[in-house]
Amino acid sequence: MYRYDHFDQIIVNERVQQFRDQTRRFLAGELSDDEFRPLRLRNGLYIQRYAPMLRVAVPYGLLRSEQVRMFAHIARRYDRNYGHFSTRQNIQYNWPKLEEVPDILEHLASVQMHAIQTSGNCVRNITADHLAGVAADEVEDPRPYCEIMRQWSTFHPEFNWLPRKFKIGVSGAATDRAAVQWHDIGLYLVRNSQGEVGFKVLVGGGMGRMPMVAVVVREFLEKKHLLSYIEAILRIYNLEGRRDNIHRARIKVLVKSLGAEKFREKVEAEWLRTRDGLILRDQEIEWMKSYFQPPAYDRSAADDKTLERHIAADPAFATWIKRNTRPHKVEGYRVAFVSLKAPGVAPGDITAEQLDAVADMADKYNFGEVRSTHDQNLLFSDVHQAHLYALWNELKRHDLATPNIGTLTDMICCPGLDFCSLANASSISIAKQINERFADLDYLYDLGEIQLKMSGCMNACGHHHAGHIGILGVDKDGVEFYQIQLGGSAGNDAAEGDRIGPALAKGEVAAAIAKILEVFVEQREGEELFLDCVRRIGIEPFKARVYAGVESKKVRAYAHN
Amino acid sequence: MRIIDKALQVTEDDWQLLDDDGDLPDDGGVIVSVARWQKEREALSAREGRLGLKIAGDTPLETIAPDLGRFALLALEFPKFVDGRCFSQARLLRGRYGYRGELRAVGDVVRDTIDFMRRCGIDSYALRPDKNAEDALEAFREFSVRYQGAADGAVPIYRQRR
Repeated sequence: MYRYDHFDQIIVNERVQQFRDQTRRFLAGELSDDEFRPLRLRNGLYIQRYAPMLRVAVPYGLLRSEQVRMFAHIARRYDRNYGHFSTRQNIQYNWPKLEEVPDILEHLASVQMHAIQTSGNCVRNITADHLAGVAADEVEDPRPYCEIMRQWSTFHPEFNWLPRKFKIGVSGAATDRAAVQWHDIGLYLVRNSQGEVGFKVLVGGGMGRMPMVAVVVREFLEKKHLLSYIEAILRIYNLEGRRDNIHRARIKVLVKSLGAEKFREKVEAEWLRTRDGLILRDQEIEWMKSYFQPPAYDRSAADDKTLERHIAADPAFATWIKRNTRPHKVEGYRVAFVSLKAPGVAPGDITAEQLDAVADMADKYNFGEVRSTHDQNLLFSDVHQAHLYALWNELKRHDLATPNIGTLTDMICCPGLDFCSLANASSISIAKQINERFADLDYLYDLGEIQLKMSGCMNACGHHHAGHIGILGVDKDGVEFYQIQLGGSAGNDAAEGDRIGPALAKGEVAAAIAKILEVFVEQREGEELFLDCVRRIGIEPFKARVYAGVESKKVRAYAHN
Repeated sequence: MRIIDKALQVTEDDWQLLDDDGDLPDDGGVIVSVARWQKEREALSAREGRLGLKIAGDTPLETIAPDLGRFALLALEFPKFVDGRCFSQARLLRGRYGYRGELRAVGDVVRDTIDFMRRCGIDSYALRPDKNAEDALEAFREFSVRYQGAADGAVPIYRQRR
């Protein structure tokens, strides 16, 4: 993975000093709340319901063991012994003290980490396929381009004060595992008819109040033009994006109001005038690629016979292999998920002890690296098959081996009303309710892949629009209600789910999910996936079952939720 | 007007921002809006003193491009410090339109944005009156390395590394 040289180190060190001084000026009364807010936000610092929240960048989800140990140290010393992995592959701390944040940043800088641009109206942490570099279905590894864009967009003087936040997601694989089409800019590495690899560029995806799937603005962009094309998009957006209404300020609104074709014309016209001034040369790309070379794999890894023996002898291990590991492009290696979705734990939460354990396992079994995924788990990308049994035993010991990856309980969940000052409703308690109701893993395995995503407000940090099952918390006169959507997707077939009807009371959510799953089981054809079934039969049968027996009066009363 | 000038010194200068209906002084530098320039082009051109033009985030630069040579100064207006449109306006003026006169930031101009401004080609700064200009000069010393090129001629880091 990428390693800082002295230039990168100088930049993060100077950023720590700059933020230390901004904090000092705020505490001294030289900066008002309104002035400090945008400054602290672009360094990932929110003032939340009970305490500040600090969001630390994990560029495209890559971590080294020493960095994970630093997360543990920060959790112990400055927080309440845990952190929370978010859908942008970042980690968040919920209980730091404002005046200690500069010290936390200094610790982070010592292991080549920072909180730069993890919030604020600027280019945010760039996310990527969590299987980058190890997936068999990959055209090319997206990570070198992510790092090139990360550096280019860090403190970019023209684009640090955009109308609204700006998210870029990249995938180099045939299967989109990075929710690319839900980003402000989505990039797919693709091969054209001449066999050259370049980018398919999409713009205008985003969740929130006005969910939109991104539209294609260029089918093929040569790699050398990557930065100039993004610059053209950002310039048009910076100049023409709305600034009068925060809810209409994302680039998706500009794309929608101009129309995709007109937007594309503007970008192309701008780009034609500027592209020769910002060429990404082959040698620069090759230099960056040198950081993302595969580790020294054991070429005879597949000769190992122990994996097969352990699978045969230990059904629990066999289940974990089946559910929580994935094939690797190199024979004899597998990708192993670290489930942060144990029942009774808020999805994405991890304790300091678990972080230390993950760091140790990374050193022992995964070339010292670990990744975070956009669905709030961790993973080891390069595990020798002979090490899987030992790894599983260690994961189990730390409650990180719940074999539920890809199932209903591997859900995305925002922090919700328990922490977030924007939230209308609790989401963690609904996750708990669902976990309790669906504790039977065999039932979940029978259901196959289901992506459940839940947000505690319209800002959609929990990606509910893109869930096969989406849950949105709303507030009605101080009471929490929950809307259910079906049929959303974050994949290649990205789509917004359809709302099945009026919002439900808090205690009814898991029961409603159970009814939805009953309908699925009855209607399912063969091994059909839940999403395919919803698309085939539509939401009506689900709606009918969920609301059967609910008095029409009550439905009307809830209807405006 | 008390400003940070091109040499990064805090100075007073005699540029005056004129209202659209304010009297036109006989001499000294005056900065007018695009609307006033378009309405009073002849009177403004006939005048002795230097002329400046105030540009907002939504001013279409192509409409004023033919006149740019007449202005010794362009004042870029930041209505709120978080409104970033004039960063792009500055880069376009320096790059696409080849403007070589003074680019001045006016409006909600604060310490924490002026380094970005400088990198976009702005070279003088009329700080908000309640802000300490000497203190703001620190902003230009906060970063010694730049990741990307901009109007300041910084060499992108990936080229410094080779």
